[in-house]
Amino acid sequence: MALLQIAEPGQSEAPHQHKLAVGIDLGTTNSLVASVKSGEAVTIPDIDGQHLLPSVVRYMPCGNHLVGAEARTYAASDPDNTIISVKRLMGRGVSDLKTLGDEAPYQFDVNDGGMPYIKTAAGNKSPVQVSADILKTLVARAEEALGGELTGAVITVPAYFDDAQRQATKDAATLANIKVLRLLNEPTAAAVAYGLDQGKEGVIAVYDLGGGTFDISILRLNKGVFEVLSTGGDSALGGDDLDLALADWIAQQLDIDIDGNSVSRYLMEKSKQAKEVLSGADEATIDLEIKGRKQSITVTRAKFDELVSPLVKRTIRACRRALKDASVEAEDVLEVVMVGGSTRVPLVREEVKQFFAREPHIKIDPDCVVAVGASIQADVLAGNKPDSGMLLLDVIPLSLGIETMGGLTEKIIHRNTSIPVARAQEFTTYQDGQTAMAIHVVQGERELVSDCRSLARFVLRGIPPMAAGAAKIRVTYQVDADGLLGVHAKELTSGVESSIQVKPSYGLGDVEIAEMLKASYLNAAEDKDMRALREQQVDADRLIVSLQDALVADGKQLLSPDEYKLLESEIEKLIELRNGSDLVAIERGVAALSKASDEYASRRMDHSIQKALQGHSIDELGESE
Amino acid sequence: MAITMTDAAAEHVARYIEKRGHGAGIRLGVRTSGCSGMAYVLEFVDEVQDEDEVFDGPQDVRIVIDPKSLLYLDGTELDFVKEGLNEGFKFNNPNVSSECGCGESFNV
Repeated sequence: MALLQIAEPGQSEAPHQHKLAVGIDLGTTNSLVASVKSGEAVTIPDIDGQHLLPSVVRYMPCGNHLVGAEARTYAASDPDNTIISVKRLMGRGVSDLKTLGDEAPYQFDVNDGGMPYIKTAAGNKSPVQVSADILKTLVARAEEALGGELTGAVITVPAYFDDAQRQATKDAATLANIKVLRLLNEPTAAAVAYGLDQGKEGVIAVYDLGGGTFDISILRLNKGVFEVLSTGGDSALGGDDLDLALADWIAQQLDIDIDGNSVSRYLMEKSKQAKEVLSGADEATIDLEIKGRKQSITVTRAKFDELVSPLVKRTIRACRRALKDASVEAEDVLEVVMVGGSTRVPLVREEVKQFFAREPHIKIDPDCVVAVGASIQADVLAGNKPDSGMLLLDVIPLSLGIETMGGLTEKIIHRNTSIPVARAQEFTTYQDGQTAMAIHVVQGERELVSDCRSLARFVLRGIPPMAAGAAKIRVTYQVDADGLLGVHAKELTSGVESSIQVKPSYGLGDVEIAEMLKASYLNAAEDKDMRALREQQVDADRLIVSLQDALVADGKQLLSPDEYKLLESEIEKLIELRNGSDLVAIERGVAALSKASDEYASRRMDHSIQKALQGHSIDELGESE
Repeated sequence: MAITMTDAAAEHVARYIEKRGHGAGIRLGVRTSGCSGMAYVLEFVDEVQDEDEVFDGPQDVRIVIDPKSLLYLDGTELDFVKEGLNEGFKFNNPNVSSECGCGESFNV
């Protein structure tokens, strides 16, 4: 039978009306599910009392699969079929995988769409399917614990995830049969868990040191909206590295040969335990038994701090860079939130506190804080808090734009615009009689398309033939509350339309996004010059093409052979200038050619009027006025 | 006429109220709805109404109930139980003649 939870005064749900909603932290190393029960957001443990679900799936030849701790035990013995850290593959194309190098040890199979499939004993699995299997396990756990079917879930993603990676996450949820109420940025979720969204407006730093990754996010709370000012970190630095530093030291002290895989794993496990002890005690004793030989060693907190200090310093350097990217000073930071199990290490807390010169938030279990924040948001979105004004908004991490003539990016939605949002812009045709227009959707901050990320392409066909510039094509970009993009193009005079939903094809890594942002600042001036040049080139092209067309149509008829030749050579001159990169010269060339063709243009005008008037009497014209 | 609660229930109510930061007790009640006619109400109490009856439970937790609901709930014991992964509050109500399958609503 259903067990009751306590409601706020006057807000008891009618029976069978309470909507069960959860928050899911779909992590690289571990995943969690949380829900709000009797007004309290808590993570939900499995039957063994474990809250963390290792994000590991093992596929077996019989077609079945294992998820979690049991699957993880096969990571070493059956690496091809045991998928770990699948989050790193979400929304990535095959070409991206090559850059991951050793991090992607699986056998890949490439299909037509460029989506990588992992070859396993149970068949080819896409990263989306693997993530869906993890989600299914979490949902089954939640439905059992809450005693009913879930209305929906809020799933968290890193702040630097691009559209393709977000879409892949959403697809995984769909595949696992979960309704996604919202995708929420992980640092935002952590801030929500501490109720910072209800607090003072200002800059918030979220320091997330997980098992294998480090992320620092600088957010700004502004009118109920969390803007991501910058993100940074190190995708190959985490708690495991702290363990390794200690394990190396122990091996050195006791003269242990750590060549063997099992010995090093054993030492890592022991080091991890010692690290956890040292979070509460001043020293830890490690008892070892290797090949029948019993040994014991004591490590003090001071020694441990000394060993891991270089690693912690690295995270602080990343914090400094992130602040610089966000153009804020450490003293501007109002609140600091700690996320990830490794932030339990006292030295980490101490260094973070010193750097930001304020006490970081550590009250909520750093492993659970993201899931807890997501569940609070899920509870509101499911409609369980009717009088709550909390409507959390997120922003677009990188600008969304469209390619225009000359390979330039026209930004349609700027970065840090709060979502959901829809923006439209009108474009026109470039050539006479143009009946189709290619729409190229790009994401990034740079002026040239070649420096941005290509997200999608489609063609609007069936534009009625008109003079260049007469067609009106409205292109609408719509980003829903999950940060996913739909693009719609419509020719307004004829009503023909076409649209596309951005699907996962290729994604950007955190490092790449950071690089792209940095590049946009560094190259701002150069980009601007390049843009001016390209615009001038497009201008020149337009003039050249229209003149060439005109000459073919009636040049011989309206111009003397000398005039014709002169105009032709002037066009040649501009083509030459246009292919160069001298902005001013092209500008002068365009002016010169316009002037040279003025006389021809007015003759054409007279000619076409004469033609229109032929066969009509003056009276007729008067009547039609 | 009395309403009681088990120690387990009192412990959880006390903890939830502390987490919430404020609250004068726990309100039990019934209202008409649901597939078997009546449904239980379980809410935090911010204000005790004049007509409310108040009972003292263990751990200084106050049980608040309106007189009409008391007719249906007299003798009820509020319990906190764990069933597998699921945990929550349960009304042990001697007046119930039939319950819907899920236990969220009942008849007297």
